[in-house]
Amino acid sequence: MIFGLSLVFILTSILTVAGALAAALLRNLVHCALSLTVTFAGLALLYLQLDAQFAGFAQILIYIGAVAILVVFAILLTRGSGIPEHRSFSSSWLAGLVISAGVFSLLSWAVIESIPASAARATPQLTVQKIGQALMSSYVLPLEIVAVLLTVALIGAVIVAMPESSKGGAK
Amino acid sequence: MTPLAAFLIVAALVFAIGLAISLTRRNAILVLIGIELMLNAANLNLIAFWRFGPHPEALTGMMFAIFSIAVAAAEAAVGLGLAIAYHRSKKTTDLDAMTRMKG
Amino acid sequence: MTVISPFWTNLDQIFVLLQQWIESFFPLWLQPAVGSVLGVVAIVAAFPGIFALTTVLERKGLGRMQNRLGPNRVGPLGILQPVADGIKSLTKEDIVPLTADAAVHFLAPVVLVIAVFLGFAVLPIGRNMVLANLDAGLLFFFAIGASTELSIFMAGWSSRNKYSLLGAMRAVAQMISYEVPLLLSSVVAVMITGSLSTVKIVEAQSGFTGIFPHWYVFTPWGFAGFTLFVIAALAETNRSPFDLPEGESELVAGYFTEYSGFKFALFFLGEYLGMFSIAGFAITLFLGGWGAPLSVLSFIPSWAWFFAKLFCAICFFIWLRGTLPRLRQDQLMNFAWKFMLPMSLLNLLVAAAWRFLPEGPSRWVVCSAVLLAAYVLLGRVLMRHQHLGARSYRYAD
Repeated sequence: MIFGLSLVFILTSILTVAGALAAALLRNLVHCALSLTVTFAGLALLYLQLDAQFAGFAQILIYIGAVAILVVFAILLTRGSGIPEHRSFSSSWLAGLVISAGVFSLLSWAVIESIPASAARATPQLTVQKIGQALMSSYVLPLEIVAVLLTVALIGAVIVAMPESSKGGAK
Repeated sequence: MTPLAAFLIVAALVFAIGLAISLTRRNAILVLIGIELMLNAANLNLIAFWRFGPHPEALTGMMFAIFSIAVAAAEAAVGLGLAIAYHRSKKTTDLDAMTRMKG
Repeated sequence: MTVISPFWTNLDQIFVLLQQWIESFFPLWLQPAVGSVLGVVAIVAAFPGIFALTTVLERKGLGRMQNRLGPNRVGPLGILQPVADGIKSLTKEDIVPLTADAAVHFLAPVVLVIAVFLGFAVLPIGRNMVLANLDAGLLFFFAIGASTELSIFMAGWSSRNKYSLLGAMRAVAQMISYEVPLLLSSVVAVMITGSLSTVKIVEAQSGFTGIFPHWYVFTPWGFAGFTLFVIAALAETNRSPFDLPEGESELVAGYFTEYSGFKFALFFLGEYLGMFSIAGFAITLFLGGWGAPLSVLSFIPSWAWFFAKLFCAICFFIWLRGTLPRLRQDQLMNFAWKFMLPMSLLNLLVAAAWRFLPEGPSRWVVCSAVLLAAYVLLGRVLMRHQHLGARSYRYAD
């Protein structure tokens, strides 16, 4: 226990932040996408440490199983000749760095200055059944809206990415 | 340092790194990766506050995080579809060259 | 209910008793960790052992189906062939192409094997014999299964080889397409049980009416769900007839092309272990897990039933490999999106109807009729553009 934090938490957060930094600094796009996957896995482990089993497994299933593969496919489909013809970092990179450092310092100042020392809560007894019941009772409206949103996004993504050579053909 | 503060600082760090990626890299797909990182950091915040907050049995934080995961996945799909469509006509994904919306 | 003698009960729980005996040598605070380590050691020892037996079984079985003997030189009837294969794989030179991405090339088989071994953690092998009784066990398994797709992509991309990349893209597209019917057909069992925990799903199927078990496969929706799950499982593990990504006559070896020696052995191991774990899940979800098929036979240990069912499933997969021709990529995708997805959604509706209809022959008739009608109609719709003409032969001139 270092600073009152468990060793597992420290290792997992180092893994997560290292993955995010690698995604920021690497030149090769596919390496960036793979380190993004490492970040997602680290975040899933952090959710599991917060006793959010469903969210952790859903994170692995959706982000690593679908979004990471989507990103990788998009990278492969948009490669030119394989060699990047432009520089990796934008010309205004310093401004971006300063802004994000400012955001981080503001957020961490807010966290450190304002968290009172509260007692540790007991582990909430959360089963997947409770989540299902909540989804069907209190949260049924957001559930339906998300369903419509996902359908619209699916159709929209297909239409946006469809090749235009289908003018003279059937479907 | 309480566990809650530690989780929030990790989330702030991942958020800042995601913001840095979106602001400094030139490839459109990397900007989308940065956006995904920011959304994930916000999810971590939500779950941390759900766990250490006053009413974890109300499941508010957990539900919010689950819906956020779903919406982020949909947005990633549409964003990457846009990047692919742009590449098909202009053969580039360089953000500094995407100065016009025509075509 | 016949009373089972204590000998059979002890035999049923023999591994649990063994674990508790070994744990008793350690102090109390260390016992859970030791128990978990023992479980992990058991899984790591047992399933690669089954893998070794399966390789020789497959080669002999395929050989017999193709009217030839399989390997028969090493050991009696060729049983020691895996030993020879293992020695060969370990001593072959590990060739990495010069332009390959070395780190990703090295990590791809590692990620695959880790993901596949993790999937065994929620498989209930016998009564009280599951490594991790997670409340969201099924979700864990599918989440880990989704990670294997990423490792296949890593393998194909890092080899910097057209055949590898093409094989990897095909494999990932196939696995993503079949993941949706796989999950939907398993949701039926979850819905009727009311829990995502694999232990609870098996326990819900452990009752008997008369001598017949309450397995889900003996209901209309369960049978449809089982069939859909098995087909989707074949596609997920890139097994014949869905093995276009690694078809030897098509793509050299697909995403395996640039791997040799131990890494190839790891890929091979990962693929077969994935097949075992998903067959184990089909057994858990629909075939009653470790339950006996007839109530008079329930004295036989639960783990023996599980492994017997797993053996039958493996033989069935080998039989399919030797019998069916390979599906083309577009046929594969059509099948997934236009047939299996509507069927699995309809299966969900039928299972819900089953739950709410009164018990008796009426619900059997209604559910079976709906499923059969949907099967016939969907099949007709898919086949409407294909005209099967008279068979023609071409002879070499």
